[in-house]
Amino acid sequence: MQNKKRVLIARLGMDAHWRGSVVVARAIRDAGFEIIYLGNQTPEAIVEIAIEEDVDIIGLSTLSGNHLILAPKVIELLKTKKIDDKTVMIGGTIPPDDVPILKKAGVAGVFGPGSPLDKIVEFVAKS
Amino acid sequence: MDNQQNNKKHINLSGFKIKALYDPKDISQIDFDNDIGEPGQYPYTRGVYKTMYRERPWTIRQLGSLDSPALANERIRQLIDMGATGVSICFDMPTIMGRDSDDPLAEGEVGSCGGVAVDSLADMRNLLDGIALDQISVNLVSNSQSSVILAMFVAAAKEQGAALEKLSGTMQNDILKEYQAQKSFYFPPRPSMRLTIDTISFCNNFLPRFNPVSISGYHLASAGATPVQELAFTLANGFTYVEEGIKAGLSVDSFAPRLSFFFKVHNDFFENIAKYRAARRIWAKIMREKFKATDERSLRFRVHTQTSGSSLTAQQAENNIIRISLQALSATLAGTQSLHTNAFDEALSIPTPRSEQLALRTQQIIAHESGVTNTIDPLAGSYYVESLTNQMEKECNQYFKEIEGLGGVISAIEKGYFQKEISDAAFNYQQDLEQKQRIIIGLNKYVQEEDTQVELRETDPAFEKNKIKSLIDLKKSRNPDLVKNHLNKIKKVIQGSDNVMPVLIAAVEADLTLGEIIGVMREVFGEFKEESIY
Repeated sequence: MQNKKRVLIARLGMDAHWRGSVVVARAIRDAGFEIIYLGNQTPEAIVEIAIEEDVDIIGLSTLSGNHLILAPKVIELLKTKKIDDKTVMIGGTIPPDDVPILKKAGVAGVFGPGSPLDKIVEFVAKS
Repeated sequence: MDNQQNNKKHINLSGFKIKALYDPKDISQIDFDNDIGEPGQYPYTRGVYKTMYRERPWTIRQLGSLDSPALANERIRQLIDMGATGVSICFDMPTIMGRDSDDPLAEGEVGSCGGVAVDSLADMRNLLDGIALDQISVNLVSNSQSSVILAMFVAAAKEQGAALEKLSGTMQNDILKEYQAQKSFYFPPRPSMRLTIDTISFCNNFLPRFNPVSISGYHLASAGATPVQELAFTLANGFTYVEEGIKAGLSVDSFAPRLSFFFKVHNDFFENIAKYRAARRIWAKIMREKFKATDERSLRFRVHTQTSGSSLTAQQAENNIIRISLQALSATLAGTQSLHTNAFDEALSIPTPRSEQLALRTQQIIAHESGVTNTIDPLAGSYYVESLTNQMEKECNQYFKEIEGLGGVISAIEKGYFQKEISDAAFNYQQDLEQKQRIIIGLNKYVQEEDTQVELRETDPAFEKNKIKSLIDLKKSRNPDLVKNHLNKIKKVIQGSDNVMPVLIAAVEADLTLGEIIGVMREVFGEFKEESIY
């Protein structure tokens, strides 16, 4: 299979909660995409590795409440480096009021608790 | 109809097929005296104490933590005023990961996860201000950083004038499950185990009423482990601490009485009860037969319980109130010693005072209105519950054999065994939900397009900045040579084999910070990296 889409999955910042990230990584991998799974990383490291690994999609996972600070930071770093070919998505415990804030900051997909895996895979396939 | 697809309709979360009816044949193998017995007597299947809740209900233990030590202190006092008889204190992600609030890695995380930011003794002092530590049992939800948190706790208690031998409370300090599931480890397993044994041995000598370890299945289950996996892995971890303590020269009855446990209540009501009854029986049998414990306190599986955070849904969040009530009832019928009921809005955010109060009241209603405290182990003798208890024990022994075959718990961690088992279980459970083989109301059945709005807690955006500022001020106020001296002393002790606690207590009393101390430990012990398994 050529041009397999590459998806980076990282646990954002220090948040150690991993269940969501591994379940989503596995579903995306099983759907035929390439996964680069990072574990915990800072926004700087996430962006650096995303460039190095030439990924198409950056998937961030978080539960701790760091999303409003660290997710926009990932977007800002991409902008500073003039990278515009990568889609950013986030999953985790995101209160509904924060969804429009993240979208406005440039996060293309926001998947709150209870999001079906199918929807996430479909998002990856379409972006 | 949905039922046609619902292949797992009569299969519990551990994968056991449940029959339509249980009858005397299902329990014909049971020897009542040896397998069940009386409450407070070997093998403790019916409960670890003779009187159980007739004398006093379980400890009603709720979360007394918020971002700042002062707010958390206020929260603890409110909980006590409202009738809580114990509190758990969670820490924010930087504290959990052994980093100070001013560490660049802590950005966006100070006060996160509903946990309190503790950098120094000053924070611990503020957190525990005016709390009678010899009366209220405090559960410090601390793991990799436990030796330093214990040092701060002891130093703060001493300042309050509390007698160390009277301090009751618990420290989670269960490092094994960090590698298996919770993932807030930094040192490799073996030096981590050394720190745990140091804290156990220190508490043995100076804090005889304090539980230095709470061996936790909760996190295994939250990461995806099924109830029987939770049972087997938690007990296997417990026996590993016993082995390591003995290896370090402690006699089994000197420390085993203070080992405590922490379980999760899953959604399946009876399966949960069977898990606790089996746990008590297995622990007692193996402690007596294999480890030759003779003090009956060493044989008692004492357990704290939390309702299932991962069972809560963001969709129709108020339904969680019912889930939590059922889980709490199941935990009390299972004979828990202590219980934390979650707040219904936790799938969305950090709880509000209103949702926290409701969680506390749920327990009080069960304790005072439902009548379940009138008699002990009311489900004993049930064909179903006894049969399920036996099956739990049998399957658990299978897991023990598998772990033994891998060279024991630490080797199995190094081989990624638990991580794979748990990750597979998490994925399978998610698949079951997506295929509607298991039903969660509001999530995959009776779904509503428009969701009810629930009021959520607002966090203080200035908190992180203020916390960093006060920490920097504290660091500047110290004599740098003194700081260096303490760090050198710590380094020397951890390179050798003396107990680390005395130098840590001296260091935190001189205002050394958590991040500084853990930093030296990282230099000496190195950091553990694992391949993620998914």
